[in-house]
Amino acid sequence: MEKILLLGAEAIAQGAIDGGMSGIYAYPGTPSTEITEYVQNNKTAIERNLHRLWSANEKTAMEAGLGMSYAGKRAMVCMKHVGLNVAADAFINSAITGVNGGLIVTVADDPSMHSSQNEQDSRFFGKFAMIPIFEPANQQEAYEMAYEGFELSEKLKVPVLLRITTRLSHSRSGIERRPLKPENKLSYPEDPIQFVLLPANARKRYKGLLGLQSLMEQESERSSFNTYYPARNKSIGIIACGISFNYLMENFPDRIFPYPVLQIGQYPLPFTKIEKIVNECEQIIVLEDGYPFVEEMLKGFLDRTNKIKGRLDGTIPRDGELNPDLVAKALGKKVKTGMKIPSIVTNRPPELCAGCSHRDIYNALNETMKEFGKQKVFSDIGCYTLGALPPWNSINSCVDMGASITMAKGAADAGVRPSIAVIGDSTFTHSGMTALLDCVYENSPVTVIISDNAVAGMTGGQESPATGKLEEICIGLGVKPEHVRVLTPLPKYHDEMVKVLCEEIMYDGVSVIISRRECIQTASRTKREQKAKTEEIAK
Amino acid sequence: MKSDIILSGVGGQGILSIAAVVGMAALENDLYLKQAEVHGMSQRGGAVQSHLRISEKEIASDLIPEGSADIIISVEPMESLRYLPWLSENGWLVTNSTPFVNIPNYPDMEKLLAEIESLPRRIILNADEIARQIKSPRSSNMVILGAASPFIDIPYKSLENGIRKIFGRKGDKVVQLNIDALKAGRDFSETNKK
Ligand SMILES: Cc1ncc(C[n+]2csc(CCOP(=O)(O)OP(=O)(O)O)c2C)c(N)n1
Repeated sequence: MEKILLLGAEAIAQGAIDGGMSGIYAYPGTPSTEITEYVQNNKTAIERNLHRLWSANEKTAMEAGLGMSYAGKRAMVCMKHVGLNVAADAFINSAITGVNGGLIVTVADDPSMHSSQNEQDSRFFGKFAMIPIFEPANQQEAYEMAYEGFELSEKLKVPVLLRITTRLSHSRSGIERRPLKPENKLSYPEDPIQFVLLPANARKRYKGLLGLQSLMEQESERSSFNTYYPARNKSIGIIACGISFNYLMENFPDRIFPYPVLQIGQYPLPFTKIEKIVNECEQIIVLEDGYPFVEEMLKGFLDRTNKIKGRLDGTIPRDGELNPDLVAKALGKKVKTGMKIPSIVTNRPPELCAGCSHRDIYNALNETMKEFGKQKVFSDIGCYTLGALPPWNSINSCVDMGASITMAKGAADAGVRPSIAVIGDSTFTHSGMTALLDCVYENSPVTVIISDNAVAGMTGGQESPATGKLEEICIGLGVKPEHVRVLTPLPKYHDEMVKVLCEEIMYDGVSVIISRRECIQTASRTKREQKAKTEEIAK
Repeated sequence: MKSDIILSGVGGQGILSIAAVVGMAALENDLYLKQAEVHGMSQRGGAVQSHLRISEKEIASDLIPEGSADIIISVEPMESLRYLPWLSENGWLVTNSTPFVNIPNYPDMEKLLAEIESLPRRIILNADEIARQIKSPRSSNMVILGAASPFIDIPYKSLENGIRKIFGRKGDKVVQLNIDALKAGRDFSETNKK
């Protein structure tokens, strides 16, 4: 079969489509966004009319995915690692309810925090939920795991977690496809109260989940994703999880390893294989792209023998992404060193685009705040977070989606005046609406600025479900209509913007200022596409 | 054969179009390929790089180990230097000389160019100017790829075919402009490499 070139993220999407998925549910987030975008543009997905629109946040995505599974069909839910914190309630409980149609939860972690607030490792969540975890080493495995994941989920009747990291998600390679499967037919769960987690039933379901653990382990023992490579030299044994196996192979071409290697791609850990390598070898080096998840499990709390090596004892740095050089060093191999970066090279951090509407609102806000003092502006996650950097230095927080509004409320409760929140439109509908309701409930003196560029800009311009509805949403939540103000952020309106900001900041209650102008990237892309279209028609 | 290539530039400059053309050319020659890209935050005007690996043998790591890249191809001069730790002893650095200035402390141009000139194997070309001269101002990336092409282990014809496949959708004229740009870059290298 001919190979197609796909990103790791796209390979997962293709695997899910070919594996008979009926719908994908997701909220964008680097490095997971491309999975859903691939499905949105895929011919088969369009022909089959698979569900592929964005959800409001990861929790709603997780729940909708579970609903599709309830109805007997196969669903995939995708998010970045911090998204799983948002979806955690639904996620953990979905392991207790179990599934009907196969359910794969794909989570993309971001070690080294290329585009994230932290580098949490989702395998902990998988273990926490007590469900099987897949962790591919390469794009082909990513494809296979998505393709086969539905079957394992249906066999064990639990969701499965598919965990990848940035590097695999955003790296392209050739993939061989498998035959396209049909979708499942609509069917209801055999047991009508399977999904009713009232305590009496939940206790039963939980016992059932506990009972499944040994089956899950047997699956891992048998899994072709957990491969043992024997070797003579048993001074070291290497356990390589997920993508770290590639970095290991880079150091030993053609898979000729001098030491025994156990490749791990499916959890729970296969006990017999782990026992074998640990008993056989004098020392164990654990390679994992993320937290020392396996290392900690093997080491336990009391082990002081220093047999297990990895991130905890400094054999590998405690934080950050793995790479072939770090693996080489851990194995005591000599690494090449290139030239140094010349001192003339300066940092080039990301910045707001020329013509971006966030620039204009920050210019107006900075001028307004001259009068009101420093450190009173809470913000959130999106392109507008770059307003924390020079030349703006406008904002004082960025924690988790929606936190700007609630943190501003808490600070106002503590006596901060004025207390201001700056949030993007997509972040607002993700998690800001409930926060605003808290403010309305107590009529807190908080000024919320929604910098509305009509899309989720940071992740590439995905449609924002609130476009055209923000005023109605805010008024509906109870903000007084006269304190919902709309601005057009352009340099020529600067003075007017400052005036409105001043007025609303002076108001002793909840106000919302919607600063509205389309994302400059999206606007120019739309223009280009339209131009191309008219040229095509002209031909 | 194998070519390990680092592509560099500033988010928004479109280094991935270079990767896409090389990728197509690699497929045409039945070569293995791995290409790690940067998506997300730094695409907003930050420093971006891509690791592009092609080989007749299966490729293990998505990342190129330090000190072993055969070429650095950069669409921006300062960015070309940021990845020197990856360049191998005998590697070539091919870079555009037109700076992308979006930071207040961008280094002095003369000193910057002198730093690049001091490397033993480098090609510095004003790709923007060359692209304008051949009346294809938007094809500077293909000029740079053309200049790097003598150092990539892929037949030149395949790179042209790669352009046909990648730009085909945009019509014959765009394809031809980009093929011309590739040629102009190639010619520059052939006359300037020692
Ligand atoms: C829980 C969670 N989900 C997703 C993300 C990824 N993410 C960061 S910013 C962003 C989009 C923000 O869009 P918007 O609020 O409209 O601001 P813009 O980038 O357009 O300025 C997303 C999806 C995240 N950081 N956390």
